[in-house]
Amino acid sequence: MKKLLAGAAIALAALASSAQADGHATYPERPIMLMVSYGAGGATDFQARIVTMTAGNDDALGMPVAIINKPGAGGRVGWNWLATAADADGYTLGAYNIPHFIAQSIQGGVEYSADSFEPIANWGADPAVFVVAADSEFNSMADVIDWAKANPGKLTFSGAGLFVGHHIAALQIEKAAGVKMAYIPNKSGGSGAMKAVIAGEVMAGVNNLSDAFRAREAGTIKILGVADLERNSFMEDVPTMREQGLDVDNASVNFRGVMVPKGTPQAIIDKLAETVPAMFANRRVAGKMKAGGSPMHIMTRDEVLEMWAAREVTLKDLLAGL
Amino acid sequence: MEFLYYFDDVFTLWAFGMLLLGTIFGLILGATPGLSPTMAVALAIPFTFKMEPAHGLILLGALYTSTVAGGAVSAILLKIPGAPANIATTLDGHAMARNGDGKRALQLSFLASLFGGVAGVLLLIFATPILAKWALVFGPSESFWIAILGVTVIGTLGSNSVIKGLLAGCIGLWISTIGFDDILGTQRFIFHSSLAGGINIIPALIGLFAIPQVISMFAKGRTRDDLEVLSIKPHPLRKAITEVGRRTRALGIGTSVGAIIGLIPGVGGQIAGLVAYDQTRNFSPDREKFGTGHSEGIIAAESANNSMVGPSLVPLLTLSIPGSPTAAVLLGGLIIHGIFPGPNIFRDYPEVVWPFINSMLIGQILMCVFGLMIAGLAANVARVPRAVMAAVVLALAVFGSYSVQLSMDDVFVMLILGAGMYFLARYGYSAAPLVLGLILGPIAEGNFVEGAMIAAAQNGVLPYFFTGTLNLVLIAIVLGSIVYSVWLELKNRNQGRAL
Repeated sequence: MKKLLAGAAIALAALASSAQADGHATYPERPIMLMVSYGAGGATDFQARIVTMTAGNDDALGMPVAIINKPGAGGRVGWNWLATAADADGYTLGAYNIPHFIAQSIQGGVEYSADSFEPIANWGADPAVFVVAADSEFNSMADVIDWAKANPGKLTFSGAGLFVGHHIAALQIEKAAGVKMAYIPNKSGGSGAMKAVIAGEVMAGVNNLSDAFRAREAGTIKILGVADLERNSFMEDVPTMREQGLDVDNASVNFRGVMVPKGTPQAIIDKLAETVPAMFANRRVAGKMKAGGSPMHIMTRDEVLEMWAAREVTLKDLLAGL
Repeated sequence: MEFLYYFDDVFTLWAFGMLLLGTIFGLILGATPGLSPTMAVALAIPFTFKMEPAHGLILLGALYTSTVAGGAVSAILLKIPGAPANIATTLDGHAMARNGDGKRALQLSFLASLFGGVAGVLLLIFATPILAKWALVFGPSESFWIAILGVTVIGTLGSNSVIKGLLAGCIGLWISTIGFDDILGTQRFIFHSSLAGGINIIPALIGLFAIPQVISMFAKGRTRDDLEVLSIKPHPLRKAITEVGRRTRALGIGTSVGAIIGLIPGVGGQIAGLVAYDQTRNFSPDREKFGTGHSEGIIAAESANNSMVGPSLVPLLTLSIPGSPTAAVLLGGLIIHGIFPGPNIFRDYPEVVWPFINSMLIGQILMCVFGLMIAGLAANVARVPRAVMAAVVLALAVFGSYSVQLSMDDVFVMLILGAGMYFLARYGYSAAPLVLGLILGPIAEGNFVEGAMIAAAQNGVLPYFFTGTLNLVLIAIVLGSIVYSVWLELKNRNQGRAL
């Protein structure tokens, strides 16, 4: 019995790892896998599927990209896997979320840092927004801060988790206003955090601009401010935090893009860095992203490297006080 | 009655074709261990990109309904639940199949699915505005108490001893804590990197149910290799229809419990079948027959897990809140066509939403018809010799576990849990309470931690969890459920002594 089980397992393991690439001139020779460290149906997964849908075209990679979900613990599970267990052969890509994985690596307890990965290109930037239920008494950030000052530590507001973009925005708002509020990380991520706001389980929330945009269309929430440097084209009427006197920059903006594990051959990185931004710029991709209310922001490898480095400095400073 | 106006749209060539395709593939995928409704829908989404929105959604909706019902096939014939929703079906369904009535079990299960499914979709059609308000009533404290209500089921589920049931449940609860904690990111019981993601429910389900079966099939197959797995007696459909018609209590409790629990975001489908099964048993005069192949058990479980489908779409369609992993994937399918769910969805996109909902109604009937055809074929499956069947199940188990996230780690987790379960089963422990612990652990813990954090900023933990009408009602049901079980246990024990 044991022999049989072991035999079956070994045969399958062999099948799974047999096809190894050699020589990079003809890369890619087989379908490529893109690991998303959030569950199917989430914003990152959803966008990853859209931006890679034209990968099989001849002017893109010429091979389809398959999405593999490795969700858990705010993305830690997937990124740990990418940093330690994934093959650095160019056939295993990963989706990154900034500031999440950098903030988590600063907090510790994970096996990756910004140095574990090589960025390829950025496809989207989803700023964090501050939301309240449609029937809330709060109509501006000033209302929120006034209430929080009068009731220290009692203003509950939800977000997708700890050490993710929402949490960073929350910390920045608290720091800028000099108030203490109660940030409630949600176990089911962004959609759960939004539900908590709509259902009145919490008084307010920090959420993704894309999801908040849809919820506002549905009439269930109000959006009080954007944690970004400029107003967003999806909602020109919503002021930034700075316009409302809160010194909050774009450190919490959720940048999404593609990276590979360190050790991937340079020739493959170069090839990907050249083709992938053009693939993101495809007209069909842009149309689908816009329809889904997902802001696009294409950046090349060099731009992303710069952005990662800048984030690391800001986040180390912000999280040092925790 | 606006929905009647859009019935034509279901019967166009493309729409009906999609519906047929989705139903047939859904039944096949659902019957394959490891291919859960969530995965079936996720796999189909890329195909809907180029379709008209209504057709794409009809395909996804048909897949969702029929994978849930299809999971009953492997639950009954192989004792491997196709998805967590079908766990309760294994208890009486497989027992009935072992008694030679596999065909009857399948017929009952598809007929009950039809009833529950239609009732659920009708609720979605007529009661959406009311249900949408209800879905929001369940916050962290209420969801916590629902999970605790699930825990009270553990002791009496599928094992003859309450103590063994509770022990198995505790093992399940413990296994559920393995991995990174979802809220705080703390590492717990991660001794090997393959455990960092925690124990995924699908490989665990396959391992705990399928592997002990495989081992015992191999063990017996060695002595008599002409031995058949099951013998399946013919059973006329007419009798099955009469039987389902007479089991009004099981149908009623199953359907209503399934609909209510299916509505609650984040708790939903996985435990609806089990809670309905337990409540039906509590109210049944034939209580002791449950677990031995009693038809009420199958009917309650299957009507519950299909009646949950309709209401589970309410928070998604009206509030844009996906209440279950499958609903989250469906949300992606809607958004990709530029349809933003919300309170006005029926006003803004009637030409998409109504055909989608109507198709789920028609889909239930198709699902039942094809399901009954499968029931007719089941006798052929049963002629497969034991050793061959064991090999097939093992291959399916490995394939199903691997396919969840293309990871060999999941396959090893599945095999190890399965081997452990084989030995536990020899000592009279059963897999159902263990899996229930595994499912309920994160729901109870996550909601408690979240509730406690909110409470800490307000009036404190005790008032948060112990005040509010719904909290008190749920606590009363929990206490009632415990007291009733203890009382029954004591009564049975005394009777046992008197005899």
